[in-house]
Parts: sequence; structure tokens; C-alpha cells
Amino acid sequence: MNAEPVSGSLSKAFFALLRRDLLLAFRRRTELLFPVIFLLVVVSLFPLGIGPGPQLLARIAPGVIWIAALLATVISLDALFRSDFEDGTLEQFVISGHPLTLIALAKIVAHWLVAGLPIVLLSPLLALWMNLPAESLVVMIMTLALGTPILSLIGSIGVGLTISLKRGGQLLSLLVFPLYVPILIIATAAVMAASDGLPYTQFLGLLIAGLITSVTLAPFAAAAALKISLS
Amino acid sequence: MNSKADTKTKPRKNALVMFIHKLGSPPWFYNFTGKFIPWFWALFIGLAVWGLYLGLVKGPADYLQGESVRIIYLHVPAAWMSMLIYITMAVLGFIALVWRIRIVEILAMASAPIGAAFTIVTLTAGSLWGRPTWGTYWVWDARLTSELVLLFLYLGVIGLYNSIDEPRKAARAACLLAIVGAVNLPIIHYSVKWWNTLHQGSSISLMGGSSIDSSILWPLLIMAFAAKFFYAANLLTRARIKLLEQDVRKAWVREVLREKKS
Repeated sequence: MNAEPVSGSLSKAFFALLRRDLLLAFRRRTELLFPVIFLLVVVSLFPLGIGPGPQLLARIAPGVIWIAALLATVISLDALFRSDFEDGTLEQFVISGHPLTLIALAKIVAHWLVAGLPIVLLSPLLALWMNLPAESLVVMIMTLALGTPILSLIGSIGVGLTISLKRGGQLLSLLVFPLYVPILIIATAAVMAASDGLPYTQFLGLLIAGLITSVTLAPFAAAAALKISLS
Repeated sequence: MNSKADTKTKPRKNALVMFIHKLGSPPWFYNFTGKFIPWFWALFIGLAVWGLYLGLVKGPADYLQGESVRIIYLHVPAAWMSMLIYITMAVLGFIALVWRIRIVEILAMASAPIGAAFTIVTLTAGSLWGRPTWGTYWVWDARLTSELVLLFLYLGVIGLYNSIDEPRKAARAACLLAIVGAVNLPIIHYSVKWWNTLHQGSSISLMGGSSIDSSILWPLLIMAFAAKFFYAANLLTRARIKLLEQDVRKAWVREVLREKKS
């Protein structure tokens, strides 16, 4: 955009922004908790709706926990760029001269630490509720740890595209859920394989591949989306 | 990209580049494509009648599937088109984002509803075929599931395009989404395919491994071409109407409307 000299290095800008976003999130702690509470409520609805049979719950546990994680992520995604867009900070980032891709990546990392990491940390409790066998709990945690960053990364593109809309949240779910399909399939397959005592490392490998691909591509797409939305 | 920019281009450019430049000009595009549309419609109707006659009247019924096999003359071309149009839309979207050509934006966005319609036709025809053949309207077959996800991708693009008020911004946002979707499409397709083999013991194959008889293949190919001409005619018609809508205050549109009246 402009060719003005930029003070400070890229990594400095990245960490400054990351710190700022985490601090802002920490100051708004109650808002921080909404997606987490949402996750707990959604998962607890399944035994109520289906019945408390431990066999059945164990069978559907990977799918239920993962779908709840998808829903909780989409709910929290709107906050990714929303406040910065509304108060004009995002425009300041654009004209700051730092690459928008880097800014998007910093915000995505902050979003994952705030919204994704709690899902990973809470998953033992969810697994307990859903009667998931102990041996597949480790795999569950691993898939969530590898998968939720992908959700934040892909989701950032959708948020970038819908940010200029008043009620972008409803549209956002329509945009990102189809893109989440492969992650849901691979992650739940890994946990189910572990429950059945089958090898599951290949699924984790696929998730790692997905994570690497989305880390390299998604911030660029998110930056392009933000540029369109700000134009 | 308007007509003024064209007059400034150097005369030394070769004919093809000149032609592409001219197509970027709304009045030129409007008049040029207007000549083709009736031909495309005519070709579509001719091919469709021929193909349906061969398939529905002359062709034999399948010994295994009976008369219901004839649904594939609608189902398979629609399925091909649903994927082809998505890829076309993404390629057009890429061109639109890189070179910022308004007409390409319009063409990309005009493709979306047609593609979505073909996807719905595919799903409906597929489930109607599934009822006598598989005994149920819907199975979570890999093809059906990918097609359903494809429909959601289309609906996302259409939804985003219609939600943003400013037409060019809306088109560019939706074009980017179409590109992201196209990058994901093979991943979705293969993951769904593989998910299907993972969960389903007995897989159902469409053609049962047997080669397609020419009495089925010919009408199928003719119908596939008919669908392509339908897409071309429909796309250009939509794009021209959109152009008129967007340029309603411009002189060339007034001229076109005056000509229509007289």
C-alpha cells in the first residue's frame, strides 16, 4: 500500500500485537468464557437428548466433542477482527506498513490461545462426560490440539469476508462449516481408530499436514479478505 | 475497464489482445454476446431434444436397474456441470481479483446460481434414482455427500454476494471465497470419499464395474453438451442483465433501451 519505512522488525510487531490482543482478551474475561461455557452446555445436551447409555455415548463421543468444538470456535470467531474493525484499529494496521498477513497471523494466534486452547484443556472433562475410553483420551487431546488451530486459521478467512456486515455471524457459519468438513472427518476418525485399538498416527499426520498448509496459506487469504472488506 | 480506456490503447497490439480488451468494455460485451445467446439456446434445445429422444425413447432399459436408469441422462450431466461451474467460477474469480475486470466479476457471480441449481438437480435426481435402486432416497454415499457439501459452498458464495450492498465489493469478496472453496474442494472430496469407505461396509457402485454400453453413452454425451450450452446461454443472459442493472445510469444502457423500444 504505502512504502514508508517501518520502524521495528516483523517479529517485534508480531509479538507486540499478540501481547496486545491477549491483554485485551484478558481484560474482558467474561466474554472470554462464553464460548467455553457454550461448549460445556452443548456437550451436556447430548446425553440428555440421546440417553445416558455409556456404550452409545462412548461411540458418539468423538463426533459430539468435535462438533461442539466447531460450534464453539465459530461463535468465538466473530470477535477475531470485530472490535478492531469497528473502532478503526484495523485500518490503522493496514496503513502501518506492516504486512497485513503478519497482522492477521498474530491475531489468529491470539484467537487460538484465547478460544482454541481452552477447548483442548477442557477436553478431558468432556471426554469424561461422554464416557470416552481412557486410552483414546490422549488421541482426542492431540487431535484437538492440532485441529483447533486449523479451525481458527480457516475461520479467519470467513471473518475477514464478513466483517463489514452488521450480522456477519450467521453468514459466517454457512461459509466456514463446509470448509471444516475434512478436519471433522480426519479428527474423529483418529479418535475412533484409537477407541477400536487400531493405528491412528496416519490421521495425526494428516492433521499436521493440514495445519502446515493452513498456516502457510490462510493468513494470506485472510489478509486479502480484510483488504476487500476495508475497501 | 471502460470504453474510454480502449481508445487509448496502442494500435500495435495484436488482434487477440485487442479482442480481450474489447470484451472488457460493457457495451461491446453486451452487443457481442447478444449475438451468441440465441445460438446457444438453439443448440441447447436441439441437443437436449436429441439426447432425450435417444435416451428416453429409443434407448433400452437396463436389465438390472430397469427404467430408472434413464434418470442418469439428467443426473450425470448435471453432476458434471455442478463441479465444472464451481471450478469455472473460481478461475473467473481469480482473474477478477488479479486484474480487477468488472465483467469477469459479473460472470463469476452469475455462474454461482446456475451451479447451485445444477447441484440441486443432481441431488434430487440422485435421490429419485436411489429410491428404486438402493431402496432409500438418501444414503451417505461419498458422491452424494460431496455434492451436498458442494451445494453448501455454492450457497455460501451466493449468500456472501447478496449480503454486501456494494456490488463490486460483494463480487470480490465472493470471488475470494470461491477460490478458497476451490482449494478445499479436492480435500473435501477425498476426505468424504475416504470417510465413506471407513464407515460403510458394503459400498454401492454406480456402474457395477461394467463398461457403459454405447446406447447409454451417446445420449449421455449429447446431454452433457446440451448442459454446457445451457450454462453458456444462461450465464451470458444473466451477465447482460446484471450489466444493464449496474450501468443503468450510463449512456450506453440508455441507447440500448432506446433501440429496444423503437
